[in-house]
Parts: sequence; C-alpha cells; structure tokens
Amino acid sequence: MSTTAMVEETQQKPGMKREKPKPPKRVKRMALFTKETTLPAIKQAFAMLRPDIQWKNPVMFVVEVGAFLTLLYILKALFGAPESLVSISYFIALDVWLWLTVVFANFATALAEARGKAQAESLRRSRRETRALRLGPDETIEDISSTLLRPGDRVVVSAGFTIPGDGEIISGIASIDESAITGESAPVIREAGSDRSGVTGGTFVLSDRIVVRITSGPGDSFLDRMIGLVEGAIRQRSPNEIALTLALSAMTLIFLIVVIPLWPMAWNAEQYMMGYLGIQEPLKSLGTDIPTLIALLVCLIPTTIGALLAAIGIAGMERALRANIIAKSGKAVEMAGDIDVVLLDKTGTITMGHRHATSFLPLGKYKANDVGQLAALASAADETPEGKSIVKLYESLGNVPVTTPQQSQFVPFSAQTRMSGIDFPNGRRIRKGAPDAVARFIQESGGRVPDNLRPLVDGAASKGATPLVVAEDGQVAGMIVLEDILKPGMKERFARLRKMGLRTVMITGDNPLTASTIAAEAGVDDFIAEATPENKLEYIRKEQAEGKLVAMMGDGTNDAPALAQADVALAMNAGTQAAKEAANMVDLDSDPTKLIETVEIGKQLLITRGALTTFSIANDVAKYFAIIPALFAGTLPWLKLMDIMNLHSPTSAILSAIIFNALIIPALIPVALKGVAYKPLGADALLRRNLLIWGAGGVILPFVGIKLIDVVLVGLHLLS
Amino acid sequence: MDIWLLPVAILATTTVLAFPLSRYLSLIMDGKYLAPRMLRWFEERLNSGPQDWKQYVGSMLLFNTVLFLFGFAVLALQPWMPLNGDAKGMLAPSTIFHSVVSFMTNTDLQHYSGDQHLSNFSQIFFGLSNFFLSASIGFCGLVAIIRAFRSDAHLGNFFVDMWRVVVYMFLPISFVLGVAFLQQGSPMTFESSVQVSTLEHGVMGTTNKGDAKQQSIVVGPLAAFVPMKQLGTNGGGFYGMNSAHPFENPTALTNFLSCVAMMLFPFGLVLMFGRMLKRLRHSYVIFTVMMTLMIATVIWAVYYDTLKPNPGLTAHGPAQTFEVPSATAPGGRRTVTLPSVAPMPVDQHLGNLEGKEMRFGTSAGATFAALTVDVTDGAVNAEHDSLNPIAALSPMVGMWLNCIFGGKGVGMINMLLYIIIGIFVAGMMVGRTPEYLGKKIGGREAKLALIALLVHPLMILFPTGIFAATDWGIKAESNPGAHGFSQIAYQFSSASANNGSAFDGLGVTYGFANNPAPAPEAVPWDLAAALVIIVSRFLPIIAPIAMAAYLGAKKSAPYGVGTLRDDTVTFGFLLLGTVVIIGALLFLPVAALGPIAEHLGPIPFGG
Repeated sequence: MSTTAMVEETQQKPGMKREKPKPPKRVKRMALFTKETTLPAIKQAFAMLRPDIQWKNPVMFVVEVGAFLTLLYILKALFGAPESLVSISYFIALDVWLWLTVVFANFATALAEARGKAQAESLRRSRRETRALRLGPDETIEDISSTLLRPGDRVVVSAGFTIPGDGEIISGIASIDESAITGESAPVIREAGSDRSGVTGGTFVLSDRIVVRITSGPGDSFLDRMIGLVEGAIRQRSPNEIALTLALSAMTLIFLIVVIPLWPMAWNAEQYMMGYLGIQEPLKSLGTDIPTLIALLVCLIPTTIGALLAAIGIAGMERALRANIIAKSGKAVEMAGDIDVVLLDKTGTITMGHRHATSFLPLGKYKANDVGQLAALASAADETPEGKSIVKLYESLGNVPVTTPQQSQFVPFSAQTRMSGIDFPNGRRIRKGAPDAVARFIQESGGRVPDNLRPLVDGAASKGATPLVVAEDGQVAGMIVLEDILKPGMKERFARLRKMGLRTVMITGDNPLTASTIAAEAGVDDFIAEATPENKLEYIRKEQAEGKLVAMMGDGTNDAPALAQADVALAMNAGTQAAKEAANMVDLDSDPTKLIETVEIGKQLLITRGALTTFSIANDVAKYFAIIPALFAGTLPWLKLMDIMNLHSPTSAILSAIIFNALIIPALIPVALKGVAYKPLGADALLRRNLLIWGAGGVILPFVGIKLIDVVLVGLHLLS
Repeated sequence: MDIWLLPVAILATTTVLAFPLSRYLSLIMDGKYLAPRMLRWFEERLNSGPQDWKQYVGSMLLFNTVLFLFGFAVLALQPWMPLNGDAKGMLAPSTIFHSVVSFMTNTDLQHYSGDQHLSNFSQIFFGLSNFFLSASIGFCGLVAIIRAFRSDAHLGNFFVDMWRVVVYMFLPISFVLGVAFLQQGSPMTFESSVQVSTLEHGVMGTTNKGDAKQQSIVVGPLAAFVPMKQLGTNGGGFYGMNSAHPFENPTALTNFLSCVAMMLFPFGLVLMFGRMLKRLRHSYVIFTVMMTLMIATVIWAVYYDTLKPNPGLTAHGPAQTFEVPSATAPGGRRTVTLPSVAPMPVDQHLGNLEGKEMRFGTSAGATFAALTVDVTDGAVNAEHDSLNPIAALSPMVGMWLNCIFGGKGVGMINMLLYIIIGIFVAGMMVGRTPEYLGKKIGGREAKLALIALLVHPLMILFPTGIFAATDWGIKAESNPGAHGFSQIAYQFSSASANNGSAFDGLGVTYGFANNPAPAPEAVPWDLAAALVIIVSRFLPIIAPIAMAAYLGAKKSAPYGVGTLRDDTVTFGFLLLGTVVIIGALLFLPVAALGPIAEHLGPIPFGG
C-alpha cells in the first residue's frame, strides 16, 4: 500500500483531532482596500513620483514628463505674458489631473505590493524564532535557537513542538499540523524514507518523534522565499510582461508621432482662418496649445494598462500564493497558462490509491452471498484496507456481520504465500488470495481448480480490477473483485481541463491493459503504463518536440528528472527534497489536483493583461471625438458636428477626457488585483466574450463616462 | 441600381479569377511548376543558392540599387537616346531622382507628365521595365515571409523568386491583356506623335499664312505599357492624365479590365498565402476582412460622389453663424457669419461630374478612385481633386490603412502586421501567451511589427505637418485651407503608401531641367516625397521579414481547444477591429482637418 493512501486514510480518521493550541493561521482572503494596505499605498504612491522609479515604466514616465512640462508652462504664464486665450485655471486643472494620473498608477502598484506585504507579514508571524534540539555528531542533544541551524544539521522534534526549519525526515513518522502555511487544519502524516518525507519550518508536530535533516539555511526557507516573492524584492518581470512593456512603449512612440505634427497642422488652419476672416490679430486654437496637446497625448497613450501592468503581475503571484502554491518565478505562473499536456500520477491523484472490493463472483454450486460470507470470514481479522472493504461490502449487501469462533486462527498475508485467511478450530480452512497462489493451495489440499475460473480471472484483470480467489478447503468458491476506485469528481475535472485545451496523461505502474481501462474510465486522454523515470522523461521530451508545453506533478525522488524536464513542474511540499528542487512550483497543500488551479491562475494573469490592454486602446476612440473638435473650435468651429457627445465647451471636453483617463485607473484596480474571471469555454468563445466586454465595451464606456464628467463639471459650475 | 453594377462586377470577377490564380501562384513559388527547358536554364543560372533572411534582404537591396542606377541613367541620358522623335530634353535632376525612386519602389508618383516629358525610349526602359521588376519585389518579400513562417530550412533565393514572378506570371498575363487593349484601340507604335487635322478648323491656331495648324498627338507603345501598369499595381501613366486618356484607357471594357487587372494579384496573393501555409481557411478570413473594407471604401466613394451633388454648386442657406474665441472682441468671442449661397444652374442628378470620364459610366470614376488606392495601384481615371470633399476620404483611408488587399505582397505584409498586433494585444484574452501559426509572439516580434507599422504614420504626418506650416506646402497648393491641406496630406499619403495616385492641384512639376518657370516649390516636393517613398518602402518589407524569420525559428505549438483560432468569424472581427481602430487613431486628426473640415465647412471655404 502506498504512502499516499496512508495519508488519505489518516486524514479521514475522525478520531485524530488536535488537542494542541492552534498555531497562528494565515490570512486567506483579504478585502481589496483595507486600512493596513491603503494608507501606506497612498504614501508610497507619492514617493514613487521620483523620475528614476517612473523611468522603469515608459508610458507613465511620458505622463510625468508631460505633467512637468505643463507645470513649467503654467509658471511661465504666471510670470510672463499670457499666450493663450484660455484661462490659467484650465491649465492648472489640467496639470493637477496629469499628476493625479501618475499618482493613481503608482497607487495601483503600491497597493498590490502592500497587499503582498500584508500577506508576507502574516507568513512571517509563523516563522518566529523557535527552539531547536540539534543532534550532535555523538548523538548528544543540544538546545539552540532555530536561527543557528545550518543545512545538514539534524534536529529532533517531538510531539508538541514546532519544526525549526525546512528539512527532510530521516527517521521516524509523525502526524503534523501544517495549517500555519497551508491553512488546512487536517493533520498530515510524514514519514522517513517515503515520498512524503519533507517538512516545513513553522509547522507543528502533533504526535510521535522524528529526526529531521535541515535543508535550508536561515533566511532561505520556503517561508522566506514566499515573503521575498510577494514583497516584490526578487520579483523579476516575466517575459510576457517585458514583451508587453516593449509594445506599450512602441505604442507611446506612435502616439507621439500622431500628436507632434498636430501643432503645425493646427497652425496652418489658424493662418488660413485669419485670412478667411480677414482679421489681423493672431487667431489661436487649442491645437497649438502645448498643454492641451500634452493632454491629448496622455489620453491616447495606453496609460490604463501602463498604470496597472505591474499590479497585475504582483496580484497574479499573490493569487498563486493564496492557492498555497509557491512559484519560484512569475514566469512559472504565467507559463502555467500555456500548458498543453498535464501528467498526473494515477495513484492518489486519479484514484483513491487503495483497492476496494466491488463484487463477489460465485463459481460452481456457490451463490454470490456464500462467496461474500466466506470472503468476509477470511477477512475478519484482516486490518488492511482491502480486507476491511471486503467486510464492508459483504455487510452493505444486507448481511449480518460474520462472527468467527473463539479459537479460530487468522492466517496473515505474506509475500511467500500471497494469501490470507482463517483456520477454524474444526479444521475448516478458508483462504483468499492471488489466483495462482490459491490454485496451489487447492491442489495441495487435493482439490481441483475448475476450468471456468481462468476466464473469470482474466476478465476481471482486463478491466483493471484485481481478482482474489476465495477457496474453502479443497474447493474454489468464487472470486472477489477489487478495484482501485476513482476519486469522485475526477471525470468532471478532466472534462474541465479538456475544455481549457489541456490533454491529460495518466502515469501508472500498471500494465498497459489495466492502464487503458482505468484511463478510459477516468476520462484521461492518454496514459503511460509501467512507468519508469526513463519513459516519463521520454514522454515529456516527445511532447515538447511537438512544440507542446508539459506540466508535471510529482513528489518522489524518481520524479525529479521528469520534473526538471517539464515546463511547469509542481512538486508537493510533502515530497522529497530532490523533487522540490527540480520543480519550479511547490504546492503547500500537497494536493495532486492543484495543477488545475495553477493553470487557471496562469491563464487569468494573461487574460487580465490582454483585457486591460485592449480596453486601454479601445478607449482612445471616444477621446478623439471629444478632443479633436475641441482642438479646432477656434479655427474650424463646424467640426463641432464631430462632437457626438455634445460636450459643454472645448476646455470642458479636454478636461473631461483627461479626468476620465485618470479615474479609469483606480476604477480598474479591483479588476487588476482580482483578475478577469477565466471560464473554460474554449478559445473562440472566450475571445468573443472578452472582445465584447473589453473591446466593444472599451469603445462605448468612455463616451458615457466623458459625457457624465462633463455634465458634473458644468453642474458644479467648475467651468465657464 | 446600375450605378452599383460596375463595382459589383469588378469585385465578383476578380474574386472568381483569384482562386485559380492563387493555385498557380503557389505552384510557381514553391518551384513545382515545370517551366520550358530554356527558361529553366536561365532560372538555374540566376540561382545563387539558398539564402537566410539577411542574405535575402541583402539581395533585394542590391537589386534595387542596380535598378536605381539604371533608371537614373536612362532618364538622365534621355536626350541622347533613340525613340525620341519629339527631341525631349532632360528632366530636372530632383525630378529624375524622385521619378526613379518612385518607379523602382512600385509607387509611380509622377511629378512629371509622361506625354510631355518622356521619350518612348524612357517610357519603355524606365517605365515598363520598372513595372515588371518593382512589382515583383513586394511579391518576393511576401514569399520569403511565408517560407519563414513555415520554418523552411531557408527563405529561397531572391533572384530565382524574381525570375519566377516576372517570367512565369507577369509576362504571359500581361501579354494576353495587351492583346485586349490593342483590340480595343490602344496604339502600339514606336512613333512619338502623330499630326492630325482638327475637325474644327483652326482650333489649334493658324500659321502666318492663315492655314490651320495641325494637332500633335503623342502616341507610343501603349498596348504593351498599360497592362503591366495595372497588373503590377504600378499606376504610372504614359500620359499625364493617366487612365483617363482615351489611348491609355480607350473604352468602358478596358476600364473594366484595368480594374480587374490591378486587383488580380493582390486578391490572389492573399489566397496564395493560405495555400502555401496550408491554412486556406485563415486566408479566407483575411480575404473577407479586406473585402469588407474594400466594399466600404467603394460604397463610401460612390455614395458621396455619384449619388450626391457637388456641394460647390448647390445652394447653401440660410446663413450660418459660428463663434470663435478672440482676444480683442468683446466677450472674448467673435461671431463668424457665413452668408447663404445661391445654387448654380447645373443639372446634378448624375452626381458630381467634375473631372469624370463619362465614357466609362457615372460611377466609374468613384469606383476606380476607391479601388486604385486600396490595391496601391495609383492609376486614376478621374480627377481625385474634384471628388466631393467627403468622398475623397475614401481614397485617403485606402492609403492610410494600406492593407485593403494593398500592393502585391506588401498589402498582405501590412495586414500581417495588424494580425500580429491584434493577436499580441487581444489574443492574450484567451489565456495563453499570444501565438500566431503556432509560434509564440514575443517582445521582439511585437516590437518589429510596431516599428514597421509606425513608419507609415511617421512618414505621412511629419512631412504633412512640416509642409502645411511652411511655404513648401502653402505656396504649392492650388486652394488654401482645408482643401489645400488635403492636397498636401494626400501627396504624402500616396508617397508613403507607395500608391502613386495624385490628388492633383499641387504645384510639384519642375519639368525639363531648362524650364524657365518651374513650379516654385517643386524641388522640396521632389526630395521630400522621394525620401518618404524610400523609407516607407523598405522598412515595412525588411522588418516583417526579420520578424517572420524570428517567429519561424520558434517551435510550433499544435492547435488545441485553448489556442486562439485564426480561421473563425471571431478572429475576423478581431482583425477588422484592430485595423479600423489603429487606422482611426493614427489618421483621424488629419481626416478632420482635411476632408471632414471641408465637408462640414461653409462654401466657399478653402476653394
């Protein structure tokens, strides 16, 4: 029986409740705007106005330069001769909103970072200094502080103590409360020498005593790395984010190319109109007004996405953390969205991991119930899950529990006999076991194996089930069918993965015949039977050669090569150190189906970026209709017909556009932080849906928004 | 209803012909077409071996350099060359530079008048040779891009591609078309001009003796010249008046054939793209998007020009008043009152007939105007300057978008840029790193696409701005104000789109080098337009080839449920939206200052 199954079993045991006080629990959900995050973020937003910080975000840097130039223009106008027909208060209002645009952008980034920091803070609380009982070379125990531990040190941890650092159990078995890092209250079993030997610092030993070899130095534990990641200290921009930043810079350049020539073009119109109207005094329009052209530029360049891009990335990382996944880089999270193939272990992931009796098949004179009764008797003292499931199945068929006579003797399973059973005091012997073992038993007892046993056995085996033959003295009574049953809901999960465009592959040690049956039943697309580290690796390489991205979930040391080869490798925190080193993500919950969530988080990250970029560009259309007529109101007043929003005045049109442009940033912060919802609809339907919401919506919304702002400005008598 | 018959017939015929043509094109470009042995011998001599993208681009630039030097020599030596019956002199150096650049890049923007300034030798060895050769360059560029997308081992050989395009495709088709033009009445002669007695006595004046002067009519090898002018989407006219001239476009049938001819290859190339990539459905989507835009430009032009009267001749009343800000006027505002205008006594039920050739039908001028810019042909059969102001927006939009089928190869390449940008931005909304043809689009590819895309607005808006604010532009325009602005913007749009059609009305002709009274601003126009043409020609071909090469080098991911499909209706809308929104964002201000201001403004305003 696998260790995985043992863990399942232990977790389900109702008797195993914790008596110890609850260690600090992590904050799992956070309101968008809390006092703890919002106030520092506001402060930070102003601190981030420093040009050397803005420089890293070309779009917002352009806005800041524009705001600064407008400021200079205002100072010049205040102390020099006014050059424009427009009042100075218009320029001041313009400049205030330009600065606010930068501040809002900073606020979005700062808020995302503050939320990360708050989460890190709650993690840090569980990382507090603890006592460690270090085992010296001469096996003496030394009581030291956990901060003094170095990789390679061995520590003893017994029930009621906190594990002082990340490590691997080298001897012993213990039940551990990992709620401090996973938020999951059910205790888990960790055992030396198994695939579940990894322990994390800050978790709590509930029972037994273990010796742990520490694998990480102080400041380098998982918790430390998590804290580092969320605080953005080692947050590197992912390739997609860099690519998008580049593209946004190029778009900014394009709009610079559009706006700069507007000045001479507007001047041309002014010159002509002077002649047309026959006036001598210079005719000025907003088209030759530098602050207004700056406002136009700021409205056109993709400020919305430029402002929120960093926040989206940080929030994606944070969402992964909230799902208890530690990604080693933002790239890994993002790449999860691109996954084409998912490799999953059969045992413990797709199936429950232990076999259950599902039916009794009689032979000869026996009835199904007789077989059941014999099987139950043979299993009465069998403590293995298989044995218990036989008894349970017999009772669930409406039979009264079997009783065994006082002096009957239980024959336990052994690797030699491959049978177990019971000997009654009256000499009656009942056995259940592997078909060939039982056949030998029958022949030894002088009986005869009926001819129709073979097809029955083969039939069960071909369906992926395990046949156990039941015999009574020299006679074959029938067969028990044991099946490793699927976890509930797996079929739906695979269907969901398929809808997301992922192919699922089951890895199993079973023979191909059995594997194909289980694969068909579970609804996976493919399987690797009789899996070895080599053929797993080979399979991944083959898929990658076809251009596919492969995700793999693993826990054992023998998974390490395949994990290293896979594009997205998710190791279970309970897994061995080798597996965790080879993976680029670690799942603290050690939940094998977590890959689905990982993929969804990756997809959501990309969708959010795409949606806000599309929205940002689509917004520009309406702004043009507000600004172009306003620019030329002084020279080509009939262009007013283009102003389909019918705005109050040229200055109110431009102010409304720039205010809308600024306000949309904080308005979209929740979307950036929560992410645009991902629905597995298939790419075409998803694209259609998002194009309608963010593309078409992005075109329409600003028409409404700008008009509303204009109405409010006029209503408040803020404009002449 | 008959107004719509011509455009529908043109579009339908060309679409039907494009299908078999595309099959033939992909066979030829993949080297599956077995040419006659003699031609193959030449092809093998030209083959300088497989090329990577840098070598391919290098060969292309080398070839263009040779083309430039040859063209410059032909025009500069015109007075000493044969077939110059009218003893034409040498063009001004700046005009030669502009013309050579213009013809070598398939632009064919003409700052000269062919019938007045070029000998038959120049028409053949400068004009006609460039028609064949320049037309094949964009074609080769597209084929190189396709091979890069397919991740072929190499991009083929530029010289071989060139040979295949010119000899196996252009020559036979233009021969067939030439016979049709000959039959319809186009001259085919090496004579420079014929002397005829005018029907009305003395209409050309009289000699000292009182005899009526004869009219001298320029002729030449037109039946050979015109087919390739159209097939290669060149558009450079033999005559100054281009396809409005009765010898260059004798009948309604040749007008129809001209339209079909110029659209044939641009249509076929889109389908060839799909065939060579084995993604025919994808190219159907692109084709449909392009066709939608083309139909829109045709409808716009025909509706506003053929179904609406010339606003300059209609009544304008009652008087309109506008307010403009003013520093001196009381209240800071000055009121502009525009008086009502009485109509001119002109029958306008056939729409705006100014500058139209009625031989072709009423909607032929507007239809031709829309089509010739969509496919960057640039030939004209009507005066674009005389289109109704708002109708003139149609040809301008065609040039600004530059991907409504576009020139051979380059139009499709431009559309690829929009596809890459569209996928890069909106494609993320399916939750995967954006990918095209299974290749992930990274920062480098998006950057190259955006650079190639920004050349066009840069080369239109900056020169337009500079010329609009200086004497270079103001003194060259025939009408001041919005219309003159349109003239300037149109000229640079035509140059940057490598289109070559002219709005006219700009004084840009220097003429012969010894011309005593050239247009005052002809030299700056020659130089500026030539520079715009060069930059807008080569960067938008080279950058996409590089982009395709980088994309092609990436691993190709198979299509799945989660991948963005490029052959669906949704994708079509994504592409249409990308083109329309980017186009509007780049050029709406120019449109507002030019055609829209003129349309909405009062009459008389800006001429």
